[in-house]
Amino acid sequence: MALIKTIREIGHRVINAVWRIGVAARFFFLTILYSGNSFRRFNLIVKELFSSGVMSLIIIIVAGLFVGMVLGLQGYETLKRYGSESALGVMVALGLVRELGPVIAALLFASRAGSAMTAEIGLMKATEQISAMEMMAVNPIARIVAPRFWAGVISMPLLAALFSAVGIFGGYLVGVVQIGVDEGSFWSQMQAAVDFREDVLNGVIKSLVFGTVVTLIALFEGFDAPPTAEGVSGATTRTVVTSSLAILMLDFVLTAIMFRGA
Amino acid sequence: MPPSALVEIRDLNFTYDKRPVLQGINMTFPKGKLVAIMGLSGCGKTTLLRHIGGVLKPSKGYVKVDGQVMHELDQAGLYAMRRKMGMLFQFGALFTDMSVYDNVAFQMREHTSLPEDIIHSLVIMKLNAVGLRGAQNMMPSELSGGMARRVALARTVALDPMLIMYDEPFAGLDPISLTVIGDLIRRLNDALGATSIIVTHDIQESLKIVDYVYFMASGVIMAEGTPDELRANQTGFVRQFMHGEMDGPVPFHYPGADYRQDLNLRA
Repeated sequence: MALIKTIREIGHRVINAVWRIGVAARFFFLTILYSGNSFRRFNLIVKELFSSGVMSLIIIIVAGLFVGMVLGLQGYETLKRYGSESALGVMVALGLVRELGPVIAALLFASRAGSAMTAEIGLMKATEQISAMEMMAVNPIARIVAPRFWAGVISMPLLAALFSAVGIFGGYLVGVVQIGVDEGSFWSQMQAAVDFREDVLNGVIKSLVFGTVVTLIALFEGFDAPPTAEGVSGATTRTVVTSSLAILMLDFVLTAIMFRGA
Repeated sequence: MPPSALVEIRDLNFTYDKRPVLQGINMTFPKGKLVAIMGLSGCGKTTLLRHIGGVLKPSKGYVKVDGQVMHELDQAGLYAMRRKMGMLFQFGALFTDMSVYDNVAFQMREHTSLPEDIIHSLVIMKLNAVGLRGAQNMMPSELSGGMARRVALARTVALDPMLIMYDEPFAGLDPISLTVIGDLIRRLNDALGATSIIVTHDIQESLKIVDYVYFMASGVIMAEGTPDELRANQTGFVRQFMHGEMDGPVPFHYPGADYRQDLNLRA
């Protein structure tokens, strides 16, 4: 009996998970379908760009600087063993542009902007603001969800690029200014080794994918949250956990596709 | 539908999760009148309002607004109908990221292509009607409960709707705000020539302003009439509700197991 109960429980959870994925896919489709209004009234997107993008600048810049400094320090210690300190710039830049920039910026974006989006929409639902909008014949997906979605998609690559740029500067501060690696080789080797299409563009594509997924998860969780304090808090937690796992899994998949044999 | 009725509900049944919420409801809301739907919490009042707004579809029967069956409308038709309606939610449901001014201007910007100076004049007139012209730049978080309800009222009538629905407009208000909101509901209804439906359990305030009342309990209509008729009604449920008596047809105790059994006492 206990075995049947366990199997039934597992089956129930699997069905629920599949059903939820279906609902999220439908939500994504509707968001795209009702995006026209956001582009006709671009100021709606600009307003959300401020909330999700500009307000994330501090955390992105500070985190980027420290990650770059750690990379500079660790990279120097490792490269020194092989007498390749001059390749520090390449190591820092490739590490940031290909991987750490898009991934860490997306993780930070999920925890700052993503959780804020979920909490805001969840609270709008709990305080009947979304119902009020529906009763005013205004489609909440077109008016609330779509501008936030596009703001997330646009701001994520910009934040990731900024993270990488500040990170490279952090690596420069530690490697060149503090430790004394030759400045010329730091920059020139970086310039020679980092390929625009292979490295920079692929990093941008990664951050675009992460931005789409994180924003979609955050908006869906907020829209789907039970309209209670507990419901909103649970949805916010799910946004951060699901987004973080999705980012890391997608990063592996994208890296395998983009850089295999490169 | 009678020629003077704006909203007509016939044999409305609604079942949620196998539980009957509304059973055989028949109501008529004449044009220009202010009608209250009263009853205990959870008796189906708000569910009924959601049927009138086309948010829920009935299991049986229909709601007709301005000659159109609500559950037969497609999304475009439903949205077109809702543009002629206004709804005041229990706690106002103001958009918290917008100022008082922007809240009232919201529908005008969404549904019309009026120039901003015309919208400005209209918003100021609406806010003046509820006595809050001076609060136009405040954010919802800076307003008291009564002020928030008045701003929400101004937003509800922003596009001069033909039908205004109020979901518990008096909940949680102080006595002065209560009188102000009650008075505004009546005056706005008459000034706009609209039809209003108030869902409430505040007897004293609503009986002062409404033209007709439906009493509901457990998803059915228990009594109906003008305020004077209901004051004179001495039947069990109406009397208990009107006088706020603790026990009567609506029992004080929620159904449960035998008391002695719950206390683990032997018979």
